[in-house]
Amino acid sequence: MIWRFGLFDHTFEPLALTHWALLAALGLPLLLGLLAVVFPLKRAWPIVLASVPVLASGLVLLFAYDQAGLLRWQWEIAGVHLSLRLNGLSVLLLLMTQVIGVAAALYTPGYLRLSETGSLARWLWPLMGVVLSALSLIWLATDLLTLYAALELMGLAAVGMLMLSGKVPALVAGMRYLLLALVGSLTYLLGVALILGHWGRLDLQGLADVIEPGPVAWFAAALIGAGLALKAALFPLHAWLTPVHESAWTPVSALHAALVIKASLFMLLQLWSILLPDTFYAPRVIAWLGMLAIVWGGLLAWRTDSLKTLVASSTVAQLGYLMVAFPLLLGPDIAPLPRALAWEGFWLQLMGHAFAKAAMFMAAGNLILATGESTLKGLAGTSRRLSLSLLVFGIASITLMGLPPSAGFTAKWMLLQAMIITEQWWAVAALLTGTLLTAAYVFRMFRYSFDETAPRHRYQPLAPGMDLIALTLALIAFALGLLAHFPLELMHGGSP
Amino acid sequence: MNAAWLPLTALATSLLAAVTIFALPEDARRLRTTVNLVAAVFKIVLVALMVRRVAAGHEDIFSFQVIGGVDFVLRTDALGVMFAGLSSLLWLCTTVYAIGYLENSANRKRFFGFFSLCVASTLGIALADNLFTFLIFYEMLTLSTYPLVVHRGTEKALNAGRIYLRYTLSAGVVLLLGAVLLYSLTGDQSFSSEEGLGDYLNDHRGLLTLIFALLVGGLAVKAAMVPLHGWLPRAMVAPAPVSALLHAVAVVKAGAFGILRVVYDLFGVELSVELGVITVLAVAASFTIIYGSLRAIAQEELKPRLAFSTISQVSYVILGIGLFGPFGTVGALAHLLHQGLMKVTLFFCAGNYAEELGIHRIDEMDGAGKRMPLTSIAFTIGAFGMIGLPPVAGFITKWYLGVGAIQAEMYWVVGVLVASSTLNAMYFLPIVHRLWFRLGPSHGKGGWPEEQRLGRLETHGWLLWPMVFTAMASLGAGLFAGLPFSPLDWAARVANGEYLP
Repeated sequence: MIWRFGLFDHTFEPLALTHWALLAALGLPLLLGLLAVVFPLKRAWPIVLASVPVLASGLVLLFAYDQAGLLRWQWEIAGVHLSLRLNGLSVLLLLMTQVIGVAAALYTPGYLRLSETGSLARWLWPLMGVVLSALSLIWLATDLLTLYAALELMGLAAVGMLMLSGKVPALVAGMRYLLLALVGSLTYLLGVALILGHWGRLDLQGLADVIEPGPVAWFAAALIGAGLALKAALFPLHAWLTPVHESAWTPVSALHAALVIKASLFMLLQLWSILLPDTFYAPRVIAWLGMLAIVWGGLLAWRTDSLKTLVASSTVAQLGYLMVAFPLLLGPDIAPLPRALAWEGFWLQLMGHAFAKAAMFMAAGNLILATGESTLKGLAGTSRRLSLSLLVFGIASITLMGLPPSAGFTAKWMLLQAMIITEQWWAVAALLTGTLLTAAYVFRMFRYSFDETAPRHRYQPLAPGMDLIALTLALIAFALGLLAHFPLELMHGGSP
Repeated sequence: MNAAWLPLTALATSLLAAVTIFALPEDARRLRTTVNLVAAVFKIVLVALMVRRVAAGHEDIFSFQVIGGVDFVLRTDALGVMFAGLSSLLWLCTTVYAIGYLENSANRKRFFGFFSLCVASTLGIALADNLFTFLIFYEMLTLSTYPLVVHRGTEKALNAGRIYLRYTLSAGVVLLLGAVLLYSLTGDQSFSSEEGLGDYLNDHRGLLTLIFALLVGGLAVKAAMVPLHGWLPRAMVAPAPVSALLHAVAVVKAGAFGILRVVYDLFGVELSVELGVITVLAVAASFTIIYGSLRAIAQEELKPRLAFSTISQVSYVILGIGLFGPFGTVGALAHLLHQGLMKVTLFFCAGNYAEELGIHRIDEMDGAGKRMPLTSIAFTIGAFGMIGLPPVAGFITKWYLGVGAIQAEMYWVVGVLVASSTLNAMYFLPIVHRLWFRLGPSHGKGGWPEEQRLGRLETHGWLLWPMVFTAMASLGAGLFAGLPFSPLDWAARVANGEYLP
């Protein structure tokens, strides 16, 4: 299983160009974010300019991986071996991070201008930079310490971003998030300490060789799992998620829901595949919780009156789809075909959800900004005037519902196929129920918007491009459905 | 030579039209009309080209891989082209009609955009070559019809939309489960493969029956088979062009067409007979036919009566499959086209009565034949066709179905046909009688509910001519059924392909 994460030896020395690309991918977001404090941003064009080298670094790494297969960089600093690796999955996640990061950054100036955010706004940029850099590091890191540092950095910066709006509820929710994030990190750190004390090393590949199933591995996995599940808002540790999004700025919500929580999930799967490669029960517990998440998250989103809560609760349910796939990825005696299907379905679902959720948050933000109302009832009659925002919301929700031809559909198809082959009928039922629940809450929102009997409001016009950026993200989530072959092909490559 | 561009371009035409319409501003009426008409005409040309190529024995395929073991495939074959032809011809008529019908109303951009998407979906359904591709367009049809059902945005329309989604999305989930089960069992199965699923019969009999039940059960919702028909009468709150094309033709036909595909091209007739599911299908269809007709008699408004009539008529297609013989198949396939033409005509007429005279209830129609002669003649043709009177197209279908039933020695089906024709006459002939033989407002007795003078002729030209055309086509399909490229001829060609190796 761990070879799928690119954790195997590879003798090929990366080209010099890839060193620079790596440096740019990891450092540039941070650097550009700091620059933006010094030179406050009013317009979008500096961001366009800044995004060119960032995206270019991702593309260079993509091509390098395409040419050479797995890339591995190693350094020795003061007696400590550091290494980073780039396999197909890391490339995909890195590109996803960069695209969504750039989209969120492009969306921000218009949003800040229209929503009168005050002087704190300039601090958004460095925090955003930290989050993006830390995320990129998480996709590449190969030892527990680097992962911890990046996770901590990302978590703190995320808390900072979410609290920037400065309103009282934002501060309360943010403090609670900070507290939980710290608890999560500490739990994770305890697990790491346990591993270090028992096996005396922290690099993932070495650990995979020495770890034997037993109480220590189980205990460490439980600590790490609990810490990361808390940070990833996995059911039932999700309660902090909706209040945080309720009052956060739109681009921050988009980044957080699309990327930040995914990083913890990525780490969880990666570390468990090292610590618990053949455990029967742990992945099943996650899967059962996932089924509950699908239903509970769906019900939360269905019953709410607030548009942002709807979008945030739907994240809880969507993470449930990923949790349900755990027994297909981890555990003894999984046949190769369902495991491969589940593996690809898992990441496709994760990527589709990331793009769609970012788009959906932006669309929801646009609707709230334009109408000045944050409830579903406030959307009555919007289909006359805000058709583009609604269309984006619709396209994004098709991915979330898992209807064709979106990434959600193709992913669901693969997961279903894997579940049917392994005869996990409860999981099948959960996935199909999820579709109907998602449809229920999405179309509840559309029902309000199509109401023609509502009184006519005056709407605040949006900044140019705000809808188009969201549309682009939604269309990427859409296109990943039919064109899934290309990204999945990338994940195939580089096996030892 | 494989012209992969042909199915792709045909699909892209309506998709592009949809995107262009969405991109145009709401008040660019002229430009939008032009885009609509050009796209519709261009698509008819492309479909005509497909028909010629299929007739000459070419099958054009466009495909690419989506994930391992699952491909996206569009293929032109005789059955698919038949449905494509129906939808693209009626798209043109209905677009013209809709332009007239929605004049000066709000949200036309949204209407025409989603309308084009719907038509693109039906074309995709027609040309899909495997279940995966079929499913993509089938769900797309569901989603793109929703905004049309709720178009008016009234409480009633929104409720109808909710019911519509409840039925169709649940059905979509069932269908998805069936499709994934099938793929897990057999891998990618092209509709064009000759082998069918016979090899799996011995080991997986129960599973195959389950898959058949899931697939057909999912499809039967759109085909509005009792007891899964509840959405259709409610969806009649939509504007008349939507009722005409989508609910009478595209959506319900997509369901019936899907069942045709599953029985003929996926399972194969022999396997379906072997599984014993065909007879169940025939019984369910017969029940739907009778039930729909009985409910239609009870309706007092025109559109709901037509809706229940649709429920009844679409099941003739399913009944034809249930006869598992060449005549039954020809009848089923021909009815796919014939019913489409006739039902569109009837809905156009209903829309015209409502727009010009404000008539919604049947008892308001007295003497309307004098005020709107062309509309009433068209209505009469459509009604006669539904009853199955010669020489209208409906007669041909019933004739073939009857012959098929006798050949299959299923005499009770003949009984169903006779009973249904009688019921059809019972709910259509009183309307025809009212139209022509009762004295009404145009004879100086009472007044129309809400009369408007929309055009120089009996109503607006955009509303009139599409209806005249489809009425003529319904008549022509019956009169000239023996000519090449008539619906009957094409249906016979498809049936030959199914029954003769």
